[in-house]
Amino acid sequence: MWAFLIGGAICVVGQLMFDVLKLTPAHTMASLVVIGAVLDGIGLYDPLVDFAGAGATVPITSFGNALVHGALTSLREDGWVGVITGIFKLTSAGISAAIIFSFLASVVVRPKG
Amino acid sequence: MDKRLPKRVDSALKGRRINEQALTNNEIDFGAREMTSLSTSSAGGRPYKKLSMSPKEYQTFAKEREPTRSILTNCIRAFVVGGAICLFGEFIQQLYVHLAGMKREAASNPTVATLIFISVVLTSLGVYDKIAQWAGAGTAVPVTGFANSMASAALEHRAEGLVLGVGANMFKLAGSVIVYGTVAAFFVGIGHLIFGTGGNH
Amino acid sequence: MLKGQQSWWFDNKPVIIGAASVVGPDEGEGPLAEDFDLIHPELDMQQKSWEKAERLLLEQATAFAVRHAGLKKDDIQFYFGGDLMNQIISNSFAARSIGAPYIGTFGACSTSMETLALAAQLVDSGNAQYAMAGTCSHNCTAEKQFRYPTEYGSQKPPTAQYTVTGAGAAVVAPSGDGPVVECATIGKIMDLGITDPFNMGAAMAPAAVDTIQAHFNDTGRQPSDYDLIVTGDLASVGHPIARELLLRNGVPMNDTIFNDCGLMVYNVNKQKVQAGGSGCGCSAVVTYGHLLKKLARGELKRILVAATGALLSPLSFQQGESIPCIAHAVAIAGKGV
Repeated sequence: MWAFLIGGAICVVGQLMFDVLKLTPAHTMASLVVIGAVLDGIGLYDPLVDFAGAGATVPITSFGNALVHGALTSLREDGWVGVITGIFKLTSAGISAAIIFSFLASVVVRPKG
Repeated sequence: MDKRLPKRVDSALKGRRINEQALTNNEIDFGAREMTSLSTSSAGGRPYKKLSMSPKEYQTFAKEREPTRSILTNCIRAFVVGGAICLFGEFIQQLYVHLAGMKREAASNPTVATLIFISVVLTSLGVYDKIAQWAGAGTAVPVTGFANSMASAALEHRAEGLVLGVGANMFKLAGSVIVYGTVAAFFVGIGHLIFGTGGNH
Repeated sequence: MLKGQQSWWFDNKPVIIGAASVVGPDEGEGPLAEDFDLIHPELDMQQKSWEKAERLLLEQATAFAVRHAGLKKDDIQFYFGGDLMNQIISNSFAARSIGAPYIGTFGACSTSMETLALAAQLVDSGNAQYAMAGTCSHNCTAEKQFRYPTEYGSQKPPTAQYTVTGAGAAVVAPSGDGPVVECATIGKIMDLGITDPFNMGAAMAPAAVDTIQAHFNDTGRQPSDYDLIVTGDLASVGHPIARELLLRNGVPMNDTIFNDCGLMVYNVNKQKVQAGGSGCGCSAVVTYGHLLKKLARGELKRILVAATGALLSPLSFQQGESIPCIAHAVAIAGKGV
C-alpha cells in the first residue's frame, strides 16, 4: 500500500540526512518539519495525504503540515490574527498526548539505560 | 585559530607570518586552540619529531580512516521500519474509522495519539532505543520519534524532580522541532497573507 | 626527579600496594570479567539515579583498594580523584566517605594515569606515606550529560564509543609488595580540529602519539623496553591512527605489543559497543584490574599505560568548538624487575 511506500520513502530521506549530511537527529527532524510546512504552504502536502494516508500523516513532516493548516485555516476565518492564533489548533492532539503520556511515564517508570 | 585577537596581541603579531606550526607557547597567551606540541629534546635517545601534520591534513587523514557507514543497509532498514510504522498507523486509522465511526481526517488525530502512546510505552520498557539503533530514521522520523524524544528526556530527568527535572527537560530534544515548525508555519502564513492567497491552497 | 621536558622519574620507586576495580554488567560480560573485584549485575545498582550509582562504584573501588593494601581508611593521607561529571561530583561525594584530604582533578578519560602520576609523585618526593588515586565512569551518566537521554532512540555511528561503567583505585606507598611506578609523562593539550564528539578516537590519537613520543624522548627508553604499551580508550578507530602516526614518525612500535584498553575491556565484535570502550573507568579498570594482575603473575614485566582524554563539554561542542585532548603516560614495572 502507498502508506508503506511513501512513509518508508520519507524515512529514507531522513536516514540520508543522518548518514550523508551527517546531521544530528534534532537537525534532521527540524528540517523535515520545515519541509512539511513549506510543502503545505504551496499546497502539495494535502494531495499527498489523500494519496498515501498514514504514510503522510505519521512522519514528522505532517507536524509541519498540521501547523500550517491551522495557521491558514484561522487566517481565512479570522483574518491576519489567525496566523498566530491558529498554529497549534490541529497539533494539539499530538503535543498534548506526548506531554501527558511522557509525564505519566516518568512518574511510574525509571530509565533502564 | 581564534580570529578575534585582542588588540594588544594583534600589534605584537603584526608583520609576522602566522603559521600554525610556528606558534609557540611564548607568543600566545590568549589560549590558542590549535597548538601542536613543542619539539621535545632527547634525554639520551634519538628525539622523535613532533607531529608534523597541520589540523587540516589530520582531519583528512582521520576522515579517510573512519569506518564507512553502510548507507544502503541503513536506508533499507529505515524504509522497512518507517513504512511498517506508517502502515500500522493506517491500520489504526481504519480501526477508528470503522469502529468509532469517525471520518478519515478526524481519525488521524487519535491515530497519532495512539502511536505516541505506544512509543512512550516502548520507551518506558527500555526497548525503543534498541529498535532505533537498528532502524535509524525508520523510528526517528515518524511521530514515534517525537514521542520517544520527549518520553526519554522525561524519564531521564525524573531524578532531578518532577518540576525542575521532568517539567523543565521534557522538551530538551523535541523543542527544536516545535520551535522550527511554529516559526516555519508563521512565515508560511505571513507569505499567504502578503500574497493575498488568504489561506486557500 | 624531572626527566627531560615533561616527565617525572621516581627514584625512590613508589609501590602500588593495593588496587581494585568494580564494574557494571557490560564489562562483566567482556573478556576481562574474571579480573574485576566486583561486577554489578544491573546498571542502576539499586540506586535512585545513575549519578548515585557511579558514586557507589567509586566508593566500593576505593574501599577495596584500601583493603587490598592492608590498610584502614584513616591511613590514606591524600586522595586524588576525578571523573566525567560536571564539577566531578562523583569524586567529591565519594571523597566524603573516603575521608582523606582530597584533590580533585579533571582529565576526562586520562584521569586514571593523571591521578596515579600525582599520587606516585607525592609518595616519591616524601610528601606522603600513603596516597590513593581513583576514578570512575558510568555509561548512563555519560550519555545523559554528554549525549542523549539513555532511552533516546538515536542511531549511534560506528565511530561512537561506549562509556565503561566502572571504577578503579590504587594505593601508592614508598615500599611494599607490589608493582613499582617507575616514571610518568604528563601530557600537553593536542587539538587538531576534530569536532565530532561521536568520533573521539580520532580526536585523541594525536595526544597519545605526542605523549608517548615525549616519554621516549625524555626517558631515553624505546618501545622494546616495554612488554606492553596500551592507550586508554582510542578504540577501533583511534588506535590504528595512533599506531600509524607513531610508525610514520619512526617510533618502532612493532618492537612491542601495542594495544588499547577500550579494545580489551569489551568483546568488540560480539558486544554492542560500536568502536569500543571509553570513559575514565576504561583505562582504570583494565589497568588496576587486569594489567596489575598480569604484572604480579610475572606474565608482564614492564608496561606503559597512556590514558587519553577528550576535554570537551556539551556546551563547547554546541558552540562549534573542536575537541582538545590530552594523554598521560605512566610506566609500571612488576615487582623485582
